[in-house]
Amino acid sequence: MSIPNDLRYTEEHEWARVEGTSATVGITHHAQEALGDIVFVDLPEVGRQIKKGEAIGAVESVKAVSDLFSPLSGKVVAVNTELTNLPDAVNKEPYGAGWMVKVELSAPAEVDQLLSADAYQGLLAKEAK
Amino acid sequence: MSRSPGRQGRLLAEPLLCEQSVPGRRGLDLPALDVDPVDVGKAWPAVCVRAQPPVLPEVSEVEVARHYTRLSTWNHSIDLAAYPLGSCTMKYNPRLNEWAARLDGFAGLHPYAPEALAQGALGLMHALGQGLLAVTGLDSVTLQPAAGAHGELTGIMMVRKALAERGSPRSLVVVPDSAHGTNPATAALNGFRVVTVASCPDGTADVEALRKVIDDSVAAVMITNPNTLGVFEPRIKEVADLVHGKGGFVYMDGANLNALMGKTLPAAMGVDVMHINLHKTMSTPHGGGGPGGGALCVAEALAPYLPRPLVVERNGRYALDYDRPLSIGRVRSFYGNFGVLVRAYAYLREMGAPGLTRAAELAVLNANYVRARLKERYELPYATPTLHEVVFSDKRQKDSKGVTNIDVAKRLIDHGFHPPTVSFPLIVHGALMIEPCETEPPASVEALCDAFLQIADEVERDPDKVKSAPHTTMIGRLDDVRAARQPVLTYRDLAATK
Repeated sequence: MSIPNDLRYTEEHEWARVEGTSATVGITHHAQEALGDIVFVDLPEVGRQIKKGEAIGAVESVKAVSDLFSPLSGKVVAVNTELTNLPDAVNKEPYGAGWMVKVELSAPAEVDQLLSADAYQGLLAKEAK
Repeated sequence: MSRSPGRQGRLLAEPLLCEQSVPGRRGLDLPALDVDPVDVGKAWPAVCVRAQPPVLPEVSEVEVARHYTRLSTWNHSIDLAAYPLGSCTMKYNPRLNEWAARLDGFAGLHPYAPEALAQGALGLMHALGQGLLAVTGLDSVTLQPAAGAHGELTGIMMVRKALAERGSPRSLVVVPDSAHGTNPATAALNGFRVVTVASCPDGTADVEALRKVIDDSVAAVMITNPNTLGVFEPRIKEVADLVHGKGGFVYMDGANLNALMGKTLPAAMGVDVMHINLHKTMSTPHGGGGPGGGALCVAEALAPYLPRPLVVERNGRYALDYDRPLSIGRVRSFYGNFGVLVRAYAYLREMGAPGLTRAAELAVLNANYVRARLKERYELPYATPTLHEVVFSDKRQKDSKGVTNIDVAKRLIDHGFHPPTVSFPLIVHGALMIEPCETEPPASVEALCDAFLQIADEVERDPDKVKSAPHTTMIGRLDDVRAARQPVLTYRDLAATK
């Protein structure tokens, strides 16, 4: 199970890569594995103001549709349009080509509330029980 | 060891109708025109007229008859073998219902027939409504909604209107995560903010967590009882009191009513509004997307907002009451899926109150028999007692041999049964949700259990056989991922790929 140390995580299985006052967001390796083969990703419009914890999109697999929750507040500055044609990038490279949204943060202090890789690992271990 | 239906005999291959087309071939002869011909090019604006006729298959009657008959032999139906699709209540549909629905007086009745000539049909709708109210303990009913989710939509529209009329519009609908998947969609479509609340470790609604999110902005709580794990919500009355205390309403999803009939009344649990899936609980045909029935029963406070018209009885005569100024209006053309209503009424009369109670008991007994026989071999994620259905997971098969719930479900087809519901409810990873229904004879339930146990053995012995199932169907394992990512939905698309 891949959980990169340089990312922060949510209890809903999103990751955020924070660089200065912006963050790239996607779903974790565990999330894509639990969902199975992803067939469609619904992403927010660029320019939309989003709040931490808000449902900003949806990830559809052959089994189910799950909400994508924003880990942080801010403005959507880019979305990964490649996923329209190649949604399996989320399965193959959840932390790379499978990224979903870039956010310009309005409250960078929120980053401190996100889970570290260790804490997320602990959460998965607890859920597996 | 009982014998599963399995498969013996032969299936006949069958191409698409478009592939059988021969130019000029006809299945019927139209009579000569006995009116003046119309030149469509002159009668309609050019934008409405096709340059060329549509490309339709040109085939004879015998080819069409064989086409659909052959396809029907590739399929599964409740008339062939058990259909344990959890949450769907695929019970057998008695033949008597079909006889009733085909009676000329019902099947041939024009929807605009005057009330005086439609007393039988109106009387049937009135009596069916009374029967449904007896099953739920509620006060008023509409038969218009065409299926369960439509009933939900209607119910929540009524809640919204009732709150607006009261001068207290609300924004919030709360849904426990063990509720039906359509519930949040219903609330969102009505413009409500939806808050989902996680269940307790025992699979029941978390009343303390609900207490934290239910405030003065709550319009409704939508709860499914028994819930999607098949577990009865023992604290539903407490939840209802909580919601009522804040001025909101309780919507109960009636999908799982089969477990409760004659045992308890939703009204006694504090429910204000609920739909009944006539195509589940009342045995009208189901599956294949055919017409359903989502009758909606409500408490007195919501009755003024019911869709109009309502069927009423006045001095021994039946009438359609349109004089309902607070009604949300129509939700369906005419009076709902009337043929479905006839079948549901026939079912209620066949069964009677004692019969419905017995049906609930046998549905619970069959599901618990399956649970008891399979629990040593399949993981039971919630140990809480269940009613009419049981949810296992694929944990053991997946951990041991990488075999998933989908593989088990596909392999069950080779044993002659329809697969169970898979990957729902979402709160169970790799869910296998089994609802045998009361109409399965003991030998059939036994054979279903044997099939599941043989598959569990096979997972250990020959997992690849399970992973590549089904092997006995006309078409083997479908590539559902490719179908979703690169859909080919029309013959034109198909022809383009060739």
